[in-house]
Amino acid sequence: MKFIRKQVDQIKKPFLKGGKLEILYPAFNAFETMLFVPDHTTSKGSHIRDGVDLKRTMITVIIALMPALFYGMYNTGYQYFIQTGIDFTFLDALLHGAYKIFPMIVVSYAVGLAIEFAFAVYRNHPVNEGYLVTGLLIPMIMPIDMPLWMLAISVVFAVLIAKEAFGGTGMNILNPALTARAFAFFAYPTFMSGDKVWVSEASNVDAISGETILGTLAANGDVTYSSFNMFMGSIPGSVAETSVFFVLIGALILISTGVGSWRIMISGILGASLVGILFNLWGANSLMNFDWYNHLLVGGFAFGIVFMATDPVSAAQTTKGKWIYGFLVGVFCILIRVFNPAYPEGVMLAILLMNVFAPLIDHYVIESNVSNRRKRWESIKLKTA
Amino acid sequence: MSKDISIKNGAKLNLKGCASKEFGVAKKSLTYALNPDDFFSLIPRMLVKEGDKVSLGQPIFYDKNDEDVKIVSPVSGIVKEIVRGAKRKILNVIIQKEGEDILKFDIPSFSKLSKEKIIELLIDSGSLSYIKQRPYNIIAKPNKLPKSIFVSTHSTAPYSVDYNFIMADRMDDLQAGVNIMSTLIDKPINFSTTHNKDTRFTNLNNVEIYNIKGVHPSGNESFQINKIDPLNFGETVWVVKPEDLANIGAFFKTGVFCSTRTIAVSGDSLKSPKYFSTVIGSSISSLINNDEINDINNYRFINGDPLSGSKVEYSDYIGFYNNCLSVIEEGNNYRMLGWLPFMYNSVPSLSKTSFSWLLSGAKKVNTNLNGEERAIVVTGEMEKYFPMDIFPMQLIKACIRGDIEKMESLGIYEVVPEDFGLVDFSCTSKIEAQEIIKSGIQIMLKEVG
Repeated sequence: MKFIRKQVDQIKKPFLKGGKLEILYPAFNAFETMLFVPDHTTSKGSHIRDGVDLKRTMITVIIALMPALFYGMYNTGYQYFIQTGIDFTFLDALLHGAYKIFPMIVVSYAVGLAIEFAFAVYRNHPVNEGYLVTGLLIPMIMPIDMPLWMLAISVVFAVLIAKEAFGGTGMNILNPALTARAFAFFAYPTFMSGDKVWVSEASNVDAISGETILGTLAANGDVTYSSFNMFMGSIPGSVAETSVFFVLIGALILISTGVGSWRIMISGILGASLVGILFNLWGANSLMNFDWYNHLLVGGFAFGIVFMATDPVSAAQTTKGKWIYGFLVGVFCILIRVFNPAYPEGVMLAILLMNVFAPLIDHYVIESNVSNRRKRWESIKLKTA
Repeated sequence: MSKDISIKNGAKLNLKGCASKEFGVAKKSLTYALNPDDFFSLIPRMLVKEGDKVSLGQPIFYDKNDEDVKIVSPVSGIVKEIVRGAKRKILNVIIQKEGEDILKFDIPSFSKLSKEKIIELLIDSGSLSYIKQRPYNIIAKPNKLPKSIFVSTHSTAPYSVDYNFIMADRMDDLQAGVNIMSTLIDKPINFSTTHNKDTRFTNLNNVEIYNIKGVHPSGNESFQINKIDPLNFGETVWVVKPEDLANIGAFFKTGVFCSTRTIAVSGDSLKSPKYFSTVIGSSISSLINNDEINDINNYRFINGDPLSGSKVEYSDYIGFYNNCLSVIEEGNNYRMLGWLPFMYNSVPSLSKTSFSWLLSGAKKVNTNLNGEERAIVVTGEMEKYFPMDIFPMQLIKACIRGDIEKMESLGIYEVVPEDFGLVDFSCTSKIEAQEIIKSGIQIMLKEVG
């Protein structure tokens, strides 16, 4: 370790104050702090500090994403081989998926981090770790055959408009990863919906029917997949959001480490279930008749509620607010799915909508606390008057 | 009749090196010092100059904004040096102990002590400086008597003293102090003790005992006040540390300012951490010998507990209010890939992203920041360590913005910086909550008063 540290110290010299590359210090700092937790000691406030930092928190989310990502790789291969009728092994499917997904991850990180680094250098602040998660989330929620340049533009839009325009990590109103998806969804609709985008290389092969379940329902088609298929995720969909089982493993990691809000997850499920049950009772069309529990299994609901709705920056920040926010994400997700078949995937729009309303929810929760305090003050005034 | 109060949320930080319950013999301190920074918002105006002879209890400086606030000499001696820093700011007034001169006041018998006389004596003797006022945590302003007075013997901060132990021989002084204070407000003073722990304080008269059940920061008075008699706009409450109350009692018994200070010297690198009975402003070197630690330069000396104390040097002096002196190793070293979850579990962490919580027993700490400061991202973690009906993160943000209206409505009057010690400790983004709250209180004090 000492040898590596010495080398890093040597490389660091030109980046220090007065050095030739001083302006690039934030960029160097990002790499250095990845390798070593710095030797900074406390100067103000508490003299001792917890071992946790933002890097550790973000890496925990990435670890939680891994089961879904690996299953996504497998499922990409699985959908491709099943639809084309080619014999395959587990490894073939995994490798095919990795071959398709890896470039997406590289492009997402390269483009996003380049912008983050540029802003860090321009604003002379350290590179925040938020994009480590966003950069992985973006390819995981896109269709598999999305052209890489489109992905890159979506990333640019998300990082510039959804994040940096608001001041960077910690300041954004909307979840950047979902903003990237929403941008792609509205800018390149032909690449984001239909029956040819969810299966790898579907456009090159005739007779592929790779419609998602929600797409099928919206088109009044018959769903051929069982609830078990939906739960395990062997269905067409975005890269890594299809398997509820593997998303749940991620949810367990997030909840047990305290990184993800269980309140948002639970209230989201409650909201979606309630609306799902009400629609089941109403039962006016095939979307309303779709079993409420299957609503929780299909589409990006599970992935969205576990990994996107719980983004602490864009979600509600108060405890009560989290319950309300999560519940409404669930409610709006099913409402959008059922009432607006043009957007079969309701969870993306539901979360973005609630991102916008989260500060309002918090405002009222805080106002209630403030008003209680003021009432206490007033009651004392009355007593003493 | 005592009442039980449960304060949920918070955490117990079990650190290695707590002072063992035995008294060491302190070396004789040759010099003593008063540091104006120990008194929040006080702007010192000197009443003595270098070379002046001073008696024990003689005013050394007063507050420019309130002449009733006088800080008096803890010993008899000669003003050796007035240490000044940038812009001639007074850093320390150093007094060389010499002689046994004392400033003595005539104290009428207790039954003849009126409120006015008590206040006059508190001001003139300098004993008023032992009493803090909420809001703002400043030295009490006796022109407006408080609605209640709080004393907390429920100490929960790491390395904090066991008041039951240090007050064993001072119960008479403490009772005298309690009597004086309760006379001022015409009712018993609120006295908190630790739930389910035998204490000698239950035998006191003129007190309302509250048994507090809870971990840190439930020992902080703010949280107890919030549960017992919440502070409202326009109201004040006074807070006194148990030993300071005994010192006030001793003054009213003898007529001489009492500057006794018991210090728990704690730290995992000390060979024998223990208690010392000394005097306010004693030199740190009189309590810690060179041979107590191997390399004195690589340690941080903290007047107070590690969560909210102030950094001093080995050559400095004990602060005015603190009952503990913490010695912690400087953490100025790199940790390779130290940010990986579940690595370096020996670093204390309240987060479940480390197995630290599984490792029982006391932990070793150092002053490493364990990361770098970042924007506030994680939500909900501050509330876990702030057991009050106040939104800590929103209050911190209001303080950053200097938004007076928001600070007021979010509860700035009810808090003091040290209440955010655990928030500072646990914060993923490594923000300096205590400093931010301090700046917020300063703004409120200036703008609202």
